[in-house]
Amino acid sequence: MLDDPLLKILPFAILLLPLGGFVVLALFGDWIKRDKEETGAAWLACATVIISFGLAAWTTVRLYGLVAGEGGLRFFQPYLGYEWMEAGGFSVPYSLLVDPLSCVMMLVVTGVGSLIHVYSVGYMAHDEDRVPYFSYLNLFTFFMLLLVLGGNLPLMFVGWEGVGLCSYLLIGFWYRKDSAAAAGLKAFIVNRIGDAGLILGMIFVFHAFGSLDLVDIADNAGSLAPEGLWEFGPATIAALLLFVGATGKSAQIPLHVWLPDAMEGPTPVSALIHAATMVTAGVYMVARLGPLYHVSETAMMTVAVVGAVTALMAATIALVQTDIKRVLAYSTVSQLGYMFLACGVGAFGVGIFHLYTHAFFKALLFLGSGSVIHAMSGEQDMQRMGGLRKRIPWTFWTFLAGTLAIAGIPFFAGFFSKDEILAAALGHPVLLGIGLFTALLTAFYMARLLFLTFFGDFRGGEEAEHHLHESPWVMLVPLILLAIGSAAGGFVKIPEIVQPVFRLGHGHIPHVAWLPVAATLSAIAGILGAYYLYLAMPELRAGLASTFRPALRVFAAKYYWDDVYNGFVRRVVVRGSDLVLWQGVDNRVVDGAVNRTATITGALAEMLRPLQTGFVRQYALLILAGAVALLGYLLWP
Amino acid sequence: MMIDAVLFYVFAAIAVASAVVVIGQRNPMYSAFALVVTLCSVAVIFGLLGSPFIAVLQVIVYAGAIMVLFLFVLMLLNVKREKDSPSRGQRTLSGVALALVTVLVLQAGAVLLRSRPTPAPDYDASTFEMAKILFSPHFLYAFEATSILILAALVGAVVLAKKEL
Amino acid sequence: MENPAFVHHAVVLSLILFALGTLGVFLRRNVITVLMCVELMLNGVNLAFVAFSRAQGTLDGQVLVFFVMVVAAAEAAVGLAIVIALHRHRDTLDLDAFNLMKG
Repeated sequence: MLDDPLLKILPFAILLLPLGGFVVLALFGDWIKRDKEETGAAWLACATVIISFGLAAWTTVRLYGLVAGEGGLRFFQPYLGYEWMEAGGFSVPYSLLVDPLSCVMMLVVTGVGSLIHVYSVGYMAHDEDRVPYFSYLNLFTFFMLLLVLGGNLPLMFVGWEGVGLCSYLLIGFWYRKDSAAAAGLKAFIVNRIGDAGLILGMIFVFHAFGSLDLVDIADNAGSLAPEGLWEFGPATIAALLLFVGATGKSAQIPLHVWLPDAMEGPTPVSALIHAATMVTAGVYMVARLGPLYHVSETAMMTVAVVGAVTALMAATIALVQTDIKRVLAYSTVSQLGYMFLACGVGAFGVGIFHLYTHAFFKALLFLGSGSVIHAMSGEQDMQRMGGLRKRIPWTFWTFLAGTLAIAGIPFFAGFFSKDEILAAALGHPVLLGIGLFTALLTAFYMARLLFLTFFGDFRGGEEAEHHLHESPWVMLVPLILLAIGSAAGGFVKIPEIVQPVFRLGHGHIPHVAWLPVAATLSAIAGILGAYYLYLAMPELRAGLASTFRPALRVFAAKYYWDDVYNGFVRRVVVRGSDLVLWQGVDNRVVDGAVNRTATITGALAEMLRPLQTGFVRQYALLILAGAVALLGYLLWP
Repeated sequence: MMIDAVLFYVFAAIAVASAVVVIGQRNPMYSAFALVVTLCSVAVIFGLLGSPFIAVLQVIVYAGAIMVLFLFVLMLLNVKREKDSPSRGQRTLSGVALALVTVLVLQAGAVLLRSRPTPAPDYDASTFEMAKILFSPHFLYAFEATSILILAALVGAVVLAKKEL
Repeated sequence: MENPAFVHHAVVLSLILFALGTLGVFLRRNVITVLMCVELMLNGVNLAFVAFSRAQGTLDGQVLVFFVMVVAAAEAAVGLAIVIALHRHRDTLDLDAFNLMKG
């Protein structure tokens, strides 16, 4: 359908560059590194992603050179020429899908990814294992790009699994630390549980559509009969199962438990994987299959409710965290909830918009926290920080920009996307209420973080105070660029750009005047609340703490999710396996069957034993008898 | 022709008689000699049936080589007369064997009664003809294989009978 | 050589020889005698082959006899070697004495 030869090759180049980076670093990394302080390998990794970003931008430009189809949709499916699998009617070709949605995702991944790669050069400069680190980062970029560019569900799933693998490798990067290794395993295993749902969902999708190609699914979803609330038709089942996978990857209830522990990894990893890109894969998937979800009212409601509840719950937990990265981790879970809320009420484009703005400010916040941690020589506890704004000014100002963005202060990026989400939820007053309240909480805990870290007096002690220093330029430049993005990024009309992909017509979102005002007011209320409680009148805190002690205890215990899971695994799974499966089935049934067979064979043999008398003539006699009998039978007329 | 019929019946009788001696005699040496007599009578009958090659082969190989081997072993092992008084189990054995053999004979006899084979005309069983068939592609493989078989038997016999390996 | 009845009578004779040989195998206790009775059985079979070859007019039966003789020779050689080995072990040639395969 296309005679743009460049457009056929570019997407594959974008994909394969980071993969090439991984291979080169994996095979020759040590040789490139040679000397303790060299950063050649690191810059190689950065180069592949930066070039990919350039190619991605070029691809986007060329995409808009195509003729627009129905509803203004432009897309292209570059095909490598072979199939991955082919069996009867089932075929999975190596083909990608280039359309506005994948372009937006591609640009976010490579753009934010390049900045984080560059930042890592500084952050990991003294780490012995930095070559594997950069190779994993490149590999991750490859898989993430495959996820967003994949033209059919199986290829997307390869990317999905691959980023899960890289997440495991990078979370557990400092593997000599027990908690890090355990966190990596936890992330991978919880993800896997979600993936089971994803695979089942894929099977149902194939059953309903006869194809796993994304364009086919989007085109044909409209022809399915709409399924009302609590009607479990094929679309609903498929959508719900796929959503299970999304909850695993994007850390929503009930599979959210891995994200906070994932903070054991290096901070740039948290920024890239657990803020900007990997965790957003679930949102991307739901948006990509938007036409399918739209058919099922049950699935949409589930997505919206789960998103809203997760947003609220995570925000409350963030209120009581003392580790700077944990606050940001729960904040991510909360913001992802917002994205799912948007998708669940039908505004898929808005969900993607928030994904885009969130990538900027959350990556900024994480990298900024990394800068703080770097200045504090590894300390992450906010209770030992304070007054840093004069000592590390660049970090402070960029961090402030990020905070304002996430709180939803007007004209910063987060304001636009959060406002659109709330506007889309106008038809569901309960969800709207949750959204507004969570916005207040978000502003509160982020302001709390800001005040505890950068304002007030330094509480870290003499020794740490000596070492406080601003980060090197290689770490500051990405921060500055991301700050600009957080401030100005909201002006790009993402929802309009990606809307044609969902084939739902113009997603018309009502705009009431009071909503932005209400949102801004709740944000300001949150900030003021934090100001009073932490800076102006800290004495109030003790009083409030005792009033709300039970609630605060639940928040601090993370709503006991981890304890429940732990107990379940230990008591049901492990003990069940031991008692039932090992002793019962394996020992008694399986071994028993084998042993009994042997015993029976032995018994039968004992019964036949007397036949063997040892006398040769008797044996000969039996032969003769047999021959005579046979002859008699054959000769019988 | 008459002379042939007479020869046939005479030598058939001799063959059967000496066969009975083979199975009846207690002393193995006498059994061996009786067997030689049987073999030679059968050779005569081969000749009467028009197969001179086989007849001569019978005398040379069977009577001349195999039976000589038997006699050598008998004399080497200094075999004495067989002990008397077979046990009760032995008698049962014999009874059953006798019965079975009778049945066998009766079966075969029934078959023979149904069909009486007759000789075909134009029967040439000279050595030349035998050689033509034996060395034809039909039987050549088997022929060569038997030479290997004999070699194997040779080696086997030597190994089995050695005092120390 | 052209007496038509010879063939039929020869087959009968072969049957008698075979039957006698079989009887001998069961009746005798000496190993070597048993082997000789086996030779007797083989002879009966040879006779039948030659007779039928005469009846059919082809020489295939005679070729078979040739091979049977070769095999009989080989078998006799190896069998007697085994007998010698057995004798060395048990110093007896009674068939019933070799019952180690009991059970």
